[in-house]
Amino acid sequence: MFLSRLRAEWLGNPKAELLAGLVVALALIPEAIAFSIIAGVDPKVGLYASFSIAVITAIAGGRPGMISAATAAMAILMIDLVRDHGLEYLLAATVLTGVLQVAAGYLRLGRVMRFVSRSVMTGFVNALAILIFLAQVPELVDVGWETYAMVAGGLAIIYLLPRVTRAIPSPLVCIVVLTGLALALGLELRTVGDMGELPSTLPVFLIPDIPLTLETLLIILPYSATLAMVGLLESLMTASIVDGLTDTQSDKNRECKGQGVANIATGFLGGMAGCAMIGQSVINVKSGGRARLSSFAAGVFLMFLLVVLGDWVSRIPMAALVAVMIMVAIGTFSWTSLSDLRHHPKSSSIVMLSTVAVVVLTHDLAQGVLVGVLLSGIFFAWKVAQIFRVESRAEDEGRARRYLVSGQVFFASAEAFKAAFDFKEALERVTIDVGRAHIWDISGVAALDEVILKFRREGAEVEIVGLNEASTTIVDKLAVHDKPGALERLMGH
Amino acid sequence: MSKIIACIDGSLYSGSVCDHAAWAARLLCTEVELLHVLGRRQTSSVPADLSGNLAANNQQALLNELAEHDERHAKLAQQRGRLILDEAKARLEAAGVAEVTTRLRNGDLLDSLREVEGEARLVVIGKRGEAADFAKLHLGSNLERVARAVTRPLLVAARAFKPIRRFLIAFDGGPSASKAVELVAASPLLRGLDCRLLAVGAGDPEQRRRLEAAAEQLRAAGFAVEAEVLPGAPEEVIAERVEAEAIDLLLMGAYGHSRIRSLVIGSTTTAMVRSCKIPVLMFR
Repeated sequence: MFLSRLRAEWLGNPKAELLAGLVVALALIPEAIAFSIIAGVDPKVGLYASFSIAVITAIAGGRPGMISAATAAMAILMIDLVRDHGLEYLLAATVLTGVLQVAAGYLRLGRVMRFVSRSVMTGFVNALAILIFLAQVPELVDVGWETYAMVAGGLAIIYLLPRVTRAIPSPLVCIVVLTGLALALGLELRTVGDMGELPSTLPVFLIPDIPLTLETLLIILPYSATLAMVGLLESLMTASIVDGLTDTQSDKNRECKGQGVANIATGFLGGMAGCAMIGQSVINVKSGGRARLSSFAAGVFLMFLLVVLGDWVSRIPMAALVAVMIMVAIGTFSWTSLSDLRHHPKSSSIVMLSTVAVVVLTHDLAQGVLVGVLLSGIFFAWKVAQIFRVESRAEDEGRARRYLVSGQVFFASAEAFKAAFDFKEALERVTIDVGRAHIWDISGVAALDEVILKFRREGAEVEIVGLNEASTTIVDKLAVHDKPGALERLMGH
Repeated sequence: MSKIIACIDGSLYSGSVCDHAAWAARLLCTEVELLHVLGRRQTSSVPADLSGNLAANNQQALLNELAEHDERHAKLAQQRGRLILDEAKARLEAAGVAEVTTRLRNGDLLDSLREVEGEARLVVIGKRGEAADFAKLHLGSNLERVARAVTRPLLVAARAFKPIRRFLIAFDGGPSASKAVELVAASPLLRGLDCRLLAVGAGDPEQRRRLEAAAEQLRAAGFAVEAEVLPGAPEEVIAERVEAEAIDLLLMGAYGHSRIRSLVIGSTTTAMVRSCKIPVLMFR
């Protein structure tokens, strides 16, 4: 049983898996080079990373059929580290990122993902698409008309070729045609070779050349923490996208650990940190990849192509890469989210747009997500705070009054709660029935205390009814799920 | 409460599974639940697009395309499943089983069996299924998985049902064989039939003593028992006796060895089910 499951997870339909792996490998090469350039390192750093991450997550990851490699989201986060401290610190940070991710996997932090709302996710991918596009801008300013013509021609090939044939990857044709054209016409264009060293051998194990001091740790830790968080976020998000596409389940905590193991190994092989790739995973599924073999094959084919074709890769004009990256940006952006702006609730749109704005301004996906999560929390509290009502009726010919409180009493509704009582009315007795209300936190308790105190100062006797039921919600863990009927009791009172 | 679960897949063996279930249901006076599981979807048959490019809103379009594709296949499989179940139900009712229920599930056979197994007294499954290759005598892909996982007695149906008059218990002295003897003695299923008790081995006193004790237990329950110990390789000796004595049903313990060991030396249980052309009743 174990063996047959392993077989299904690994092999799927081997021919389709290998073919999909090849398509993905061909699409990975330009991306890995482009992301290395974004991060400010030699192309070989991103290419080694893509090889090792793809192969290791194929084995250790929790989502068969998902492609992980060097990514734009991660590359953007390392720019400052590389510029200020150099490659060796990046490698050390990559290892530390992996360690943090493995720890997150053991602590089952995958569950925290549920606090990232759909709007934040949409904001995340939109911001990512914008950042990928912006990273191409330097290649498009202060260049001759040849570059513009090449990029336009490249985009035309990428988008028009699939209308003719879907049997060969159109981005690959774009690269081959543009490279051939540049060489044949002898155009003076910047090439991949100008951007730094390409791999000519398989990666070798080496320990990052850094002083093992507390100071080093303090330099890399903030970067590693952000990389770990963004990496897991994008990986888990991609995993749930692949879950949806293939209508299968995946093990999210194993995915966290798998990403961590891949990053640890990649750091020691001279590669940069990476994570799952939304676009490539979609391409993989589209090409027929469902099992671990496709991801494994993508990594192996990538390395094989590079070692064999290294010389040719260095002659690819940057314009061809730019065209591919523009395609990736367009494919990553959620275009439906623009039309959704009109009919989605305003709070969701604000969360999405804020996430995008913060990321584009700070170039930090982690900060954007944090802002988005905070805002969604605030909006949610604000909405729930409206589920709250106080009614009252006079008793005893106006000498007493009975208040009936229903709904949610917590920090966001505490002020409204206090304002609902009329302290000016001279009463002998006040009864506050909170039996149909939920007091969720200390702010709610304090508000009730304050109301009681005020009535007493005005000379009224105060009686509270139903406090026991109302305060059952104040404990942190409600434990309603394991007691039959507990939820009904909680909702009904 | 307790019922017989018959697993059918629409293959040649489904009819036989129904007949075996009907036989057991009549003797045990229980209801029969027919279980058909629509297997995991074959998503790999989706038209592959190797263009490797990402168009705008690709993910949404791809999701819709895959969902539509799966929907078509799932609807067909469902209709087919209903037909198979209806046909089987009619066959059981014609055989005189009063209470027949049907259950159509998605997913894996084992998972579905585990869900319903708790209420089951007996599980019936065909020796081979839809995908099996008859020429090579291979067993069904699900049979061994089910036999290892199911905790209830498992009746493995042969290709066609023949009235059962004489049964043989392959007695290896292990706990599942002892349990088999115990259950046979207590159950109305095989009451009044001819019983052979066979142990394979050197025939040392300990083995003989155990065999005799088992035979005594069966005799006390009113069975006419012939017990013997024969030397040789279990699968050959048992197959030979089954053939020679025109046995109609073989009873044995299921899978005594570990998975690793049976990977290397092959398992007696699998070999027995494969070489005997009669139904096999397995106990854990």
